[in-house]
Amino acid sequence: MSTSSAVPSPATFLEQMTLIRSFEERSAASFAAGRSPGTCTCVGQEASAVGVVAALRPDDLILTNHRSAGHLLARGADPGRLMAEIMGRATGYCGGKSGTLHVSAKELGVILTSTIVGGELSLAPGVALSLSMSGSDAVVACFFGDGAACEGIFHEALNLAAVWKLPVLFVCENNEWQAFVHRRETMLTENIASRAAGYGIEGRTVDGNDAEAVFAAAAEAVGRIRETKMPFLLETKTYRLRGHFEPDDQGYVDKDELASWKARDPIATLRARLVESGALSAAEAAAIDRRVADRLDTAFAFAAESPWPSLDQLTTHVYA
Amino acid sequence: MRTITPYDAIGEALAEEMRRDATVLAFGEGIATKRHDLVAEFGAARVRNTPLAEGIIAGTAAGAAATGLRPVVDLLFAPFLTFSMEEIVNSAGKLRFLSGGQFSFPMVAMAMTGAGWGVGAQHNHNVEAWFVHSPGLKVVMPSTAADFKSLMKASIRDDNPVLFFLDVALLHTPGEVPEGDHIVPLGKAAIRRPGTDVTLVSYAKTVHSCSAAAETLAAEGISAEVVDLRSLKPWDEEAVLASVRKTGRLVVVHEASRTCGVGAEIAATVAEKAFDSLRAPIVRLAGPDAPAAASWVLEQAFVPQADAIAVAARSAVARTLALATA
Repeated sequence: MSTSSAVPSPATFLEQMTLIRSFEERSAASFAAGRSPGTCTCVGQEASAVGVVAALRPDDLILTNHRSAGHLLARGADPGRLMAEIMGRATGYCGGKSGTLHVSAKELGVILTSTIVGGELSLAPGVALSLSMSGSDAVVACFFGDGAACEGIFHEALNLAAVWKLPVLFVCENNEWQAFVHRRETMLTENIASRAAGYGIEGRTVDGNDAEAVFAAAAEAVGRIRETKMPFLLETKTYRLRGHFEPDDQGYVDKDELASWKARDPIATLRARLVESGALSAAEAAAIDRRVADRLDTAFAFAAESPWPSLDQLTTHVYA
Repeated sequence: MRTITPYDAIGEALAEEMRRDATVLAFGEGIATKRHDLVAEFGAARVRNTPLAEGIIAGTAAGAAATGLRPVVDLLFAPFLTFSMEEIVNSAGKLRFLSGGQFSFPMVAMAMTGAGWGVGAQHNHNVEAWFVHSPGLKVVMPSTAADFKSLMKASIRDDNPVLFFLDVALLHTPGEVPEGDHIVPLGKAAIRRPGTDVTLVSYAKTVHSCSAAAETLAAEGISAEVVDLRSLKPWDEEAVLASVRKTGRLVVVHEASRTCGVGAEIAATVAEKAFDSLRAPIVRLAGPDAPAAASWVLEQAFVPQADAIAVAARSAVARTLALATA
């Protein structure tokens, strides 16, 4: 099997990120209209999701958290089944039992989503142990935030993965917010990747709003993991442009900080760059928007028309 | 029949299951140090020491279980499970359900507990009811050397997370263990002594106290039936109800603290489903709602002893007689 993934075109990244952003905005609008529950959106963090996921092989596995839509959609999740899950419908990836918070899609290799902050970190070494004991050289990408990096399990997970030489790409999406607390209130250092040295593993911080930079860093990290059999800590510096959960008016967010990150919006920035350089025509850019809108029209209609789970589902899947 | 300790019985169960199934592995705090025979036979990849970090031990077990392995983890002492509650309760217990059945968690978490070593409440705390109350988990607590082995084998083969509690007072006392591949199904109680006048329901070390009490009572003409639950979730409701319907009297005995202990569930179930058979109020004998002390005398006083069980059984029988002659 190949040891590296093909480099996706910037236009592919743009379309994936546009899909994720539109999905999240439509989901938030659907909540505001009383049609679906509130979600933890990944608005602003799309580049981190598409860049890392593009660096993975199909047999690599992903563990994610409550801000999971970007990881799922980048991996090829059907937006209709994802929205159906958020709406608690029987056609969702988990039959409506997960809702927005714990979506797993084993068929996509997106597994064991935990929304106890740090829960994904606790599970990743065991998944990597299964892979390595089966003789595979696949890796586990574990997405978590700067909040999870302040949990004790962060230390336990990175230490064990290092000691046992487990193939985990720890991806810290540092979005500067830990629910309603700014990261600066919770740690004295600027970068989480600097902690890697304390575990005897490699780490790197990358601009999380630049999909191509994230891809390059993630591809290199995955290559190092397959080569050294050691875990790697990759930090993508990004920003949570919406609130912690819908609804959240972000009244507590510094307006200048928010404005400075909005000016660095990963989608608008890439789109402008591609159009200005002539790599993407205005017609092609418009076609991306149209395709995304068509897909999501279909997806949201599918979700809204999907049946509720039958009430016997209350007690199924408790035991194997 | 040969006799071995429950500690060695667990070692045999691990070895036999690891031999039978290449996906079974064991890791935990010192397991590779203590069970070097397993390391010698199965290699360092399948028998591993871990850092003293109970959260990641349990989480790693859950992650491995969900993706094709069958881990058995040693978390040493039951109070340390507080560090593993997140991974056991929120992940292993819930993610099968929340994922709509996409994953299962065939794993066993072992921990020692109970009076016997004078280690005090941070190493001795019978927390089994916490896990009985949590969905998606199974809970086992054996009383005999043979059951330590056969319940461990059943737990390893089960496709769900199993909490396997080891009563330290029993762990190094040899008992009869048959050779060969014996399995005790989870959820199946054992009638340790048949009787007709009063049912004594218990598990782990207090089963032996119940048997001793039954011996004393027999000399007085009172026939006590001793039911060893063995599994606390699922627990053998059928066996307990059948016994109480026969005897009409129930004494539930355990070392764990009384309030919301396993005994409360058993008493409530019997009151709901066998009320018409009861000829005396149900009695619960349990540890106090207090941390366990280290001092030998206090530690022993914490645990319901045979004398107290006999007193409770006698009064249950006497109470019926008093009502009958009123």
